[in-house]
Amino acid sequence: MNYKRLTILCGHYGSGKTNIAVNMALDLRSQRDNVAIADLDIVNPYFRSKDSEDEFREHDIRLICSEFASSNVDLPSMPADLYSITDDKSLSVIMDIGGDDRGAYALGRLRDMILAEDDYEMLMVVNKFRPLTPDAPSVIEVMREIEAACGIPFTGIVNNSNLADETSAEDVLGSRKFAEEVCELSGLPLVLTTVNEKLYDALKDKMSPLFSLKLQKKPI
Amino acid sequence: MADKILMKGNEAIAAAAIKAGCMHYFGYPITPQTEIAAYMAKVMPKIGGTFLQAESEIAAINMVYGVASAGKRVMTSSSSPGVSLKGEGISYLAGSDLPALVVNVQRGGPGLGGIQPSQSDYFQSTRGGGHGDYHMIVLAPASVQEMAELTVKGFELADKYRVTSMVLADGTMGQMMEPVSIEDLEVKPAPEKPWATTGTQMAREHNIVNSLSLVPEELEQLNFERYDRYKVIEENETLYEEYKVDDADIVIAAFGIAARVSKNAVDEARKLGIKVGLIRPITLWPFPKAPFKKAAEHAKAFISVELNMGQMIEDVQLAIESKCPVTLCNRAGGMIPDPEQVLNSIKEVNGGIA
Repeated sequence: MNYKRLTILCGHYGSGKTNIAVNMALDLRSQRDNVAIADLDIVNPYFRSKDSEDEFREHDIRLICSEFASSNVDLPSMPADLYSITDDKSLSVIMDIGGDDRGAYALGRLRDMILAEDDYEMLMVVNKFRPLTPDAPSVIEVMREIEAACGIPFTGIVNNSNLADETSAEDVLGSRKFAEEVCELSGLPLVLTTVNEKLYDALKDKMSPLFSLKLQKKPI
Repeated sequence: MADKILMKGNEAIAAAAIKAGCMHYFGYPITPQTEIAAYMAKVMPKIGGTFLQAESEIAAINMVYGVASAGKRVMTSSSSPGVSLKGEGISYLAGSDLPALVVNVQRGGPGLGGIQPSQSDYFQSTRGGGHGDYHMIVLAPASVQEMAELTVKGFELADKYRVTSMVLADGTMGQMMEPVSIEDLEVKPAPEKPWATTGTQMAREHNIVNSLSLVPEELEQLNFERYDRYKVIEENETLYEEYKVDDADIVIAAFGIAARVSKNAVDEARKLGIKVGLIRPITLWPFPKAPFKKAAEHAKAFISVELNMGQMIEDVQLAIESKCPVTLCNRAGGMIPDPEQVLNSIKEVNGGIA
């Protein structure tokens, strides 16, 4: 994938933003030096980019994240080095934003700098199998709420339609129509379709561009 | 079969409640169950239902009391510290014989504790929690699909017996995502509620919903009658799952997320030739004593796997009438045992009985 300096991932909570962010950060690092992943989730204290901290360290990816993420301190807090994202122009950043419009309020703080620099892509992550976004109009409703909250317009769509471990190649192929309708209604391009690495080979000749995801899972 | 969707356990509870005809939700946010309220806040206004974020847990449970008095299906949800606050209201619901659903997505305690999963409200849920002689029907799901199914079941049993049902989940069950079918859930229509305060239309005597009794003899009689009803529930409504128990020398008792972990350990132990099985209580009250009693006829030892300091273990000991030793295998404070810990416990117990 071709990355802008800032790649911002937004969407309905549980749409898969964090898994995509972690994988994109690794992909971006294979292309560039000086890469960071910024976890700006103020909504959910669980399932955070921070859970992959060791992997980031191993690949020399900087983690910009509230020190309270994945801890018992259930606070909607921002990382201390938040402004590195917009101040340090040598940094390429994948930004993982919390779910829905509530999560996007945190992003609004950086709006003026992001829009002035104009080197960003803001992607709406969608999963047609999630309960509150089963069709294009419901996705557009969430998109408008997120844009109103953060003040930044979306630039593209990521189709991450999946049923976790039960996802079949047919499920992903069948979500194409849904993704196309979202693109048509929003007037935005389909930037990526993301699939579990196990399904990548079965789909790589049928869908483009396709992005393989190695899932970050919490061990139980 | 209807299409599956990918849901968090918390969302499945909310969607199933609406499917069960619950049009009234009152709550106050607390991690790790907030998605229930968030889902209700999004959906209820669109279908003409009530979503109300109360000023406190205490207010919310008393709003539940109001709607239940009017004979409508109603629920509230919280997590451990919030459920403690609801204790008074739950006791009042019991004292007034009102059907309602309370969801507890447990977190580590006591006190404010932490936000990681726990099962340490077992005593509170099965023994009372509020004051007075009463029981709730306590349902313990072990998958997102069961979160949905037991929510429906909770409403049905509450209406059938005029009791409060509790879905007792934990932070893992609330937060984990699994494919689930909501459309396929079977819902029995709610029964007539001739006792409800729906207005007399000048055609009947006043119905009174109340937990205050001025005459002690009458209050005693009410308690006797309530416990007769509990006896019927104990005889008819226990639910459990058995896994490889028939020939087991060692039987694990575990519910909810602990049962999922234990099932993996059972499979691993069987590969090593250890005869071990699992009984998973689905109703924690009434506790399914019968399968334990039966298993105690051939088992030499039991292991209770819990995310607490050992609470259900007492019910296991009572159910098997202390015929053989029961060992505790546990983590606490928000930690979850892994299959390896359970397997080690099995090996240890197996060494002791060989």
